[in-house]
Amino acid sequence: MSDLGHVLVLAGGLSYEREVSLRSGRRVSEVLRAAGVSVETRDTDASLVPSVLADPPSAVFVTLHGGAGEDGAIRSVLDLLSVAYVGAGSDACRIAFDKPTAKTMVRSVGLRTPDSVTLPKETFHDLGASAVLGRIVERLGLPLFVKPSRGGSALGASIVRSAEDLPSAMVGCFAYGDTALIERYIEGVEVAVSVVDLGEGPVALPPVEIVPVDGVYDYAARYTAGRTEFFAPARLSPEVSAACAEMAVTAHTALGLRDISRTDLIVDAEGRPHFLEVNVAPGMTETSLLPMAAEAAGEDLGSLCRILLEQAAARGSA
Amino acid sequence: MSQEPDHGRTVAAHGSRIDAYVDRYAARATGMVASEVRALFAVASRPEVVSLAGGMPYVTALPLDVVGELVSDLVARRGPVALQYGSGQGDPHLREQICDVMRLEGIEGNADDVVVTVGSQQALDLITRIFIDPGDVILAEGPSYVGALGTFAAYQAKVVHIAMDDEGIIPESLAQTVYALQTAGSRIKFLYTIPTFQNPAGVTLNAERRGQVLEICQRAGVLIVEDNPYGLLGFDGDPMRALRADNPDGVVYLGSFSKTLAPGFRVGWALAPHAVRDKLVLAMESAVLSHSTFTQLAVGEYLATQPWREQIKTFRELYRERRDTMLSSLEALMPAGCTWTRPRGGFFVWATLPEGLDSKVLLPRAVAERVAFVPGTGFYADGSGARFMRLSYCYPEPERIREGVRRLAGVVEQELQLRDTFGTGAYPDHIGVDTPGPDLA
Repeated sequence: MSDLGHVLVLAGGLSYEREVSLRSGRRVSEVLRAAGVSVETRDTDASLVPSVLADPPSAVFVTLHGGAGEDGAIRSVLDLLSVAYVGAGSDACRIAFDKPTAKTMVRSVGLRTPDSVTLPKETFHDLGASAVLGRIVERLGLPLFVKPSRGGSALGASIVRSAEDLPSAMVGCFAYGDTALIERYIEGVEVAVSVVDLGEGPVALPPVEIVPVDGVYDYAARYTAGRTEFFAPARLSPEVSAACAEMAVTAHTALGLRDISRTDLIVDAEGRPHFLEVNVAPGMTETSLLPMAAEAAGEDLGSLCRILLEQAAARGSA
Repeated sequence: MSQEPDHGRTVAAHGSRIDAYVDRYAARATGMVASEVRALFAVASRPEVVSLAGGMPYVTALPLDVVGELVSDLVARRGPVALQYGSGQGDPHLREQICDVMRLEGIEGNADDVVVTVGSQQALDLITRIFIDPGDVILAEGPSYVGALGTFAAYQAKVVHIAMDDEGIIPESLAQTVYALQTAGSRIKFLYTIPTFQNPAGVTLNAERRGQVLEICQRAGVLIVEDNPYGLLGFDGDPMRALRADNPDGVVYLGSFSKTLAPGFRVGWALAPHAVRDKLVLAMESAVLSHSTFTQLAVGEYLATQPWREQIKTFRELYRERRDTMLSSLEALMPAGCTWTRPRGGFFVWATLPEGLDSKVLLPRAVAERVAFVPGTGFYADGSGARFMRLSYCYPEPERIREGVRRLAGVVEQELQLRDTFGTGAYPDHIGVDTPGPDLA
C-alpha cells in the first residue's frame, strides 16, 4: 500500500451524467487500487458530509461529471470540510463549466473559438423565436452547433445544417438546460487534448483524434465501444499537434485550472485549432479520452492518478 | 504509423475502436448501444427521484419473515434436492400448483403441458426462438410490453402493431391487418397480447372482444401468445376469463409469480399445446439446462403452506389505493390537453400529452425536477409514440405518487410554454427505441 493513506473517489451524483460518472469512478478506483492505493468509492448523498467528517480521507478524486461535480459546488463543500482534492478549485470550476464564460476568457488571451451567441429560453419566449433565430442564422451562418451552456456528454447538443432544423435543435437543447450556446459549426477534425500537471507545470498529453463511425459524436458514439474510432496520437502534423497542445495548456492556465483538464477543440481544413470547451473532471471510462491520451504518452493511469492525489494531499485543503 | 502530410494532417494506420471484437458481432447486436434514456434512468434510481417509471412490484408488502423461515426450512429439510439440477420442464409438483393458480382464470390446464421458466420473460424468449425466423411477422398491441419488443427484435422479427382503445385490441383492426398481411404473403407467426391490465396501456380486452379476437385468429390460423402477469391483480370483481380458457389449442399462455409473489424468485411458466410444449422443453434445456430447483421449490412451499390468495388480496388493495391516488392527482394537477387511461387492475397508467409534445424531450427536465416516467417510444417497435408516457403506481407510496405527479405537471407546463415558443413542428417523432432496464420494463 502507498503511504498516501486512504483516498475517496466521488462518483455518481444526480446529474444527467450519473451513469458515466459511475463508470469513471469504477475505473479510477480500479487503477488506483492496482497502484497500491487504499480507495473508498462513494456517491454524493446525505451520508457524505458526516462520513468525511468522521474519517477524513487524505485526498479526494472527483469523478462527478456535469452539475455539482463540475460547477464547483462539491468542491466548495470539500473546502468547507477542509479536505484536499484533485483538480481545479471551486471558483475556477464555476467559470470553466459555463461554456460561454470559458469561451470569453480564452478568447481574451488570444485563443480562437467559434463565434457564438448565448441565450436563455425566456428570450425566445419574450421576443418571439422566429425573429431571434432568423437573426442568429443571418449573423452566424450555417451550419451551427447548438448545446446547453452547461453540461456534457453531448446531451442536448446537435448540429444544425438548415434553418428549419434550428427550432427542434433549440427544443432538444432546452430539455437539458435553460440557456443555449449557439455557435458557428467548424467543419474539421475533432480533437481532445488532456492536460496534466505532475508538479512541474501543466503539460499536454498527446492529442486524441475522434472519428465517430456514424459521423456524429453523440451520446451513443461516446459510450458504446466500437461506435467511434480514436487515433492517439491524432493524425496531425507536428506543427498542428503542437498548436493543439499549446491551446489546451493556455486554456488550462487562463481559466485557473489545476492538476487535470481536457480541452475539446476542432482543427479546421487549414490546420487551425478552435477551442470548443474545457472539462474540469474529464471522463475516465474505458471509452474516455484522457485515459487514451495517457496510454499514448506511455503513462500508467493508476500512477498518474496516484501522483495527482499525492500532490493534492501535500497541497492540503483550501 | 506513416507520416505523410495531408493538409496539415498525417495519414495513419487504423485507430482504436476500443472493442477488439467490434466487427464480429451479429447483426442483431447492432442496436445494442449506450442510450441517453438509459443514462437518465440511472438518475431515476436515486431515492430523491419519484420514480413513476419502474414496474417493480411492492414486495415489501410480503410477510418477509415468513418467506425467510420458509426458505431456511427448505434448505434444512430438502437441501440435497433443492440445490441439485432439476428437470428441463420444471418441478412436477409446482406444475400441479400452477394449474391451481390458472384455474382462477378459467383455465383447465394439465400439469404435463406446463413448462416452468425463468420468469415469463424466458417463456417469451423460448416461444420466439422456436417460432420466428428473421423477417417473420409478430402482431402485437400498439403500444406493447417493452421487454417483449426487445426479445422480438433480438430474433429479427417484424412487429406489426394492432390498434387499441380503452377496451383493448380493436377486433376490426386486427382482422384488417391479418387480411392485409396474409394477402401480401407475409408469414404471421403469432399475435402477442397482454389482454388484461395491459403493460403499458393499463387497459383490458373486454369479454365480447375476447371472443372476437379468438375467432379472428382461429379463422386465419394465427397462434395467440397470451401474456398474463397482472390478471389476478384486478380491483373490481372476479378475474377475467383468460383467452386460453376458451381455446386450448390456439393459445400459448404465459404466467408469472413475479407480481403475485415476488420477481426475485424468477418463476414464470408457459402452458402450451402438447407439440409446442415438447419444443419448449427442448429449447429450455438448450438455454439453461433447467430452472433453479431452489426457487421452484421455494415457490411451491409458499403456495402449499401460506395463504397466497389472501396475499394477492393484500396486493390488490395496496395497488388499488395507489391507482386511486394517481388518477385523482392527475385529475387535479395535469394541464389541460393531457389524457390518460383508467386501469381497473395492474400497475400502469398510459398518459397522452397535448399535441406537439414529445415525452422523450420531456424526460431530462423531469429528471432535473426529480420525477421519472418511461417515454412512449419504448413501447413501439418503430419508435413512434412520442406523445405518450407510461406512469406506474405500483412502487411509490401514495404521498410520493401525488408529489411525483405534481412535479410532472410542472414539467409539462414548462414544455407547453416551449412548444408555444418554438411551434409544434419543433417536436418531430423520434425514431429508435430506447429500452429501459429490467427493473423498468
